Amino acid sequence: MNILNITRRTALAATAALTMALALPAHAQTPPEVLIVGQIAEPKALDPAAVTAVNDFRILMNIYDGLVRYKDGTLEVEPALASSWEISDVGTEYTFTLREGVKFHDGSDFNADAVKFNFDRMLKEDHPYYDTGPFPLSFFFSAIESVEAVDAATVKFKLNAPYAPFLSNLAYPTGLIVSPAAVEEFGKEFGRNPSGTGPFKFAEWKSNERVVVEKNTDYWDGEAVTQTVVFRPITDANTRTAEMLAGGIDLMVEVPPVALSQFAGDEFNIVEQAGPHLWFLILNAKEGPFADKKVRQAANYAINKSALVNDVLEGTAEVAAGPTPPAFAWAHDESLEPYPYDPDKARALLKEAGAEGAELTFYVTEGGSGMLDPIAMGTAIQADLQAVGLTVKIETYEWNSFLGKVNPGLEGKADMAEMAWMTNDPDTLPYLALRTGAFPEDGGFNSGYYSNPEVDKLLEDARVATDQNERAALYKQMQQIVHDDAPWVFVANWKQNAVTSDRVENFALQPSFFLLLKDVVKK
Amino acid sequence: MTGYILKRLLSAIPVLFGITLIVFLIMALIPGDPATAILGSYATPENVARLNQELGLDAPMWQRYFIWLGNMLQGDFGRSFALNRPVLDEILERFNATLILAGTAFILCAVFGIIAGVISAANQYGAADKAITFIVLLGISIPSFFLGMMMVLLFAVNLKWLPVSGMVAIYGGGDLPDILKHLTMPALALAVVATGVVARLARSAMLEVLRQDFIRTARAKGVREGSVIWRHALKAAMVSIIPVLGIQAGFVLSGAVYIEMVFQWPGIGRMLVDAILKRDILLVQGGVVFVAACYVLFNIIVDVAQSMLDPRIKT
Repeated sequence: MNILNITRRTALAATAALTMALALPAHAQTPPEVLIVGQIAEPKALDPAAVTAVNDFRILMNIYDGLVRYKDGTLEVEPALASSWEISDVGTEYTFTLREGVKFHDGSDFNADAVKFNFDRMLKEDHPYYDTGPFPLSFFFSAIESVEAVDAATVKFKLNAPYAPFLSNLAYPTGLIVSPAAVEEFGKEFGRNPSGTGPFKFAEWKSNERVVVEKNTDYWDGEAVTQTVVFRPITDANTRTAEMLAGGIDLMVEVPPVALSQFAGDEFNIVEQAGPHLWFLILNAKEGPFADKKVRQAANYAINKSALVNDVLEGTAEVAAGPTPPAFAWAHDESLEPYPYDPDKARALLKEAGAEGAELTFYVTEGGSGMLDPIAMGTAIQADLQAVGLTVKIETYEWNSFLGKVNPGLEGKADMAEMAWMTNDPDTLPYLALRTGAFPEDGGFNSGYYSNPEVDKLLEDARVATDQNERAALYKQMQQIVHDDAPWVFVANWKQNAVTSDRVENFALQPSFFLLLKDVVKK
Repeated sequence: MTGYILKRLLSAIPVLFGITLIVFLIMALIPGDPATAILGSYATPENVARLNQELGLDAPMWQRYFIWLGNMLQGDFGRSFALNRPVLDEILERFNATLILAGTAFILCAVFGIIAGVISAANQYGAADKAITFIVLLGISIPSFFLGMMMVLLFAVNLKWLPVSGMVAIYGGGDLPDILKHLTMPALALAVVATGVVARLARSAMLEVLRQDFIRTARAKGVREGSVIWRHALKAAMVSIIPVLGIQAGFVLSGAVYIEMVFQWPGIGRMLVDAILKRDILLVQGGVVFVAACYVLFNIIVDVAQSMLDPRIKT
C-alpha cells in the first residue's frame, strides 16, 4: 500500500513541477538601449598592448582610440587622436599634431606625454611599467627608435629606417592609446581596469559571463547612440546560434556557414563583409614535385575553388586570385584573375613536368584562427588532386601542433600545407611569407621556401616607399609575378559575417574585422 | 574511526604527487607551446623565444616542475597566460559553478535513482518495474550532450520557456530563481545517465537484500511492507549503493565538461577545454590537480561512509 502511496505522491510532485514549468513566462527579451553581443570567447585582457586575438580587438576598438584609424568601410588611414601628421622626406620621422581637450575616461588628459608613455611602455625594457606586459605584438613598432613629446600637442616618432606600414600599424589595436594614470594605478591589473578615450567607457567585467561598457558622454567624435553594450563570451558556435534564435543576444559574429539559413526570416539581418584574409596552400618549392613551377600551376588549375567556396563554405568566402586580398583596395591588382578550374590543363602540365602519379603529403589542421572549415576543405582538395592523377596523403594535426609542424618549414616532411592569414597591411603577409629572407631558419614564415629575387626587391622597395601610389604599383607588380610563379594555391578570401536581430539598426561590419558600435541603434 | 580516516588521507598524498608529475609531463611533452598559441600567425621563432622567456618557460623542465610544485605547496598556483589572472582565483570561481551544476545533478541522480530502483525491486516484473526499466534504459542510452542540445532546441529556442545558456541572466539576473531557471536544463541533462545507472544498481542491490532471511523474519513478525522495504531493506542495500554513488559523483563531475560546453556553463570543465586549446599550461596543471584532489576526497568520503554503515569494511 505504502509503495503505491509513494508512486502516487511522486506522480503528483512530477505533475506539479510540470505545471510550474508550463506556467513559466516566456523568456524575456533583451532590454532596449542595451546591445548584447555574442562573442566567440572570453577576452584575455582589455589592454590593447597585451592582446593578440580579433575577439579581444572587437571590444577594445570601442573603448580606445589610436592616433589614426581606418576610414569607415576601408583599410585606409584617417586622423583620430592625431588631427594631422607630417612625414619627413626620407620617411624616418613622423610628426603628429594631437587633438586638444581630449580626456581619458579616468579624467586624466590625453597629450604628447601620454603617447610617449604608451610606446615606451611597450618597447623599452627599462620602462617602469614594462612589467605590465608581455606585449606579444610590440614588434609591430620595432622600427621606432625614439618617441619625443615636442610639446603638449605634438609628438615625434623617429624610425630606424623608412617603414611604410607604420601608419596602418598605428591604426591596428596594438597602437591604441591607454591612460598612463590608469596603468600607474592598476599596474598588472590594468587589463581588467581599462581606461581609454573611446566612445564607450568600461563598466564591468564578470569572468566568463560578461564585459559591460557604457556610453562616454564626453566623446570627442560625437556621443554613441546606444547606452550600454554587453559582450558575452559563448565559445560553442551551436550555442551561440541557439542564443541568437532565442533572443538572448542581439548581435552575433562568426556565424557558422551551416547555420546561416536559420536566420533567413524577417526578424534577423545577415551582414557580410570581405576582409583582408587569405586562405591558401603552401607548396614546398624546395624539393619534391612542387619544386617545378608547372606542377605548382597544375595544382592551382586542378582545385575547384568555386566548389570549395560555394559548397563547403556555403558562400561565406570568395575565390582568391593572388596573394593580396581585394580588401586592400588600393594595393590589390584588379586585373588578376583566379586560376580557372581546368583539370585537363592540370593533367597536361603534370605530363609536361613528368610528375604524373606523384605522391604528396598534405598537412591539414583541425581548426584554428581564420582556417574556416579546414578538414572538409582538405578532403575536397585531396579529391580534386587525385582526379588529375596525384596521390595525396593527408596528415591532420590540432592547430598548435600544426603550427609547430608548418612554421619551421615543410622540408623533409610535407609537400603542401593549409594556411590562412588576416593582416592589416598589404606588406605583412608577402613580406613575412614570400621573401627569400623570410625562410623559416631566418625567422620568417616562408615555409615553402619560395624564392624570387625580383619579388624580394619589389617588397623591400614597397616597404620604404612612403608614397601610396608608388607602393601600390610595386605591390601590383609583385602580385603578377607571384600569381605566375604559384608558390601557393590561392584558394579563398573569407567574408566575415554577423547576424543582428531586427531591433538593431545601422550596423555594418568593417573590412578590418573590428566591431565598431558607436553608431549602432538598439531599439 | 579517526585512525582510519587519517590513514586514508595519508594514502592520498602519493596519489596526488603522481598526478602533479603526470599532468606536468603531459603539458611539457605535447606539441605546441603557449607563446605559439598567443602569437598565432605571428609566431616567428624569434618572437616565440622572446615571449617564452618573458613567460618564464625557458628554464629546464625539471627546474620548472619543482618551482611549480614548490609554489603550489605554498598556495601559489601561478598566473594564467591566456586569462591574465591568478590561476587559483579562476579555478575557485569556476569550481563553484561546476559544484552548483554537478551537485544538483548528483542529488537528482541519487534521489531519483534510488527511489526508482527501490520501486522496481519491490514490484519485480510488475508494471512499474517494466516501465521504470524501459525509461532507465532509454536514459542510459542517450548521450548527455545530445539530450542537452535537443532540450535547448525545444525548451529555449521553440518554446522560449528557459534561457539557452549561461548561469545567470546577462542583465538584471543573479538571484536564486534566475539561477534555478538557468540550472534546470543542464542539471537534468547531466543527471539522466547517472540516474539510470543508480536505478539499475539500486534495483539489483534491493533484490539481493529482499531475498535474505532477516527480511522474511521482519515480514513474519508483521512489520508493514513499506517499513520492510524503505527502512530495513534499503538500509542494508545502501552498503552496496553508496560506492556506486561515489563513482557517479566522479562521473557527473567529468560529464559536466560536455554539458558545460553545450550550455556555456562557466564551470571548470569548460575552463580546462579552453585552457588546453590555448596551451595555458599553469591553468591546465592547476585545474587538473584541483579536480583530482576533489575526486580523491570524494572517494575517501565514500569509503568512510561505507565503513560507518558496515564496520567489516575497515579491516
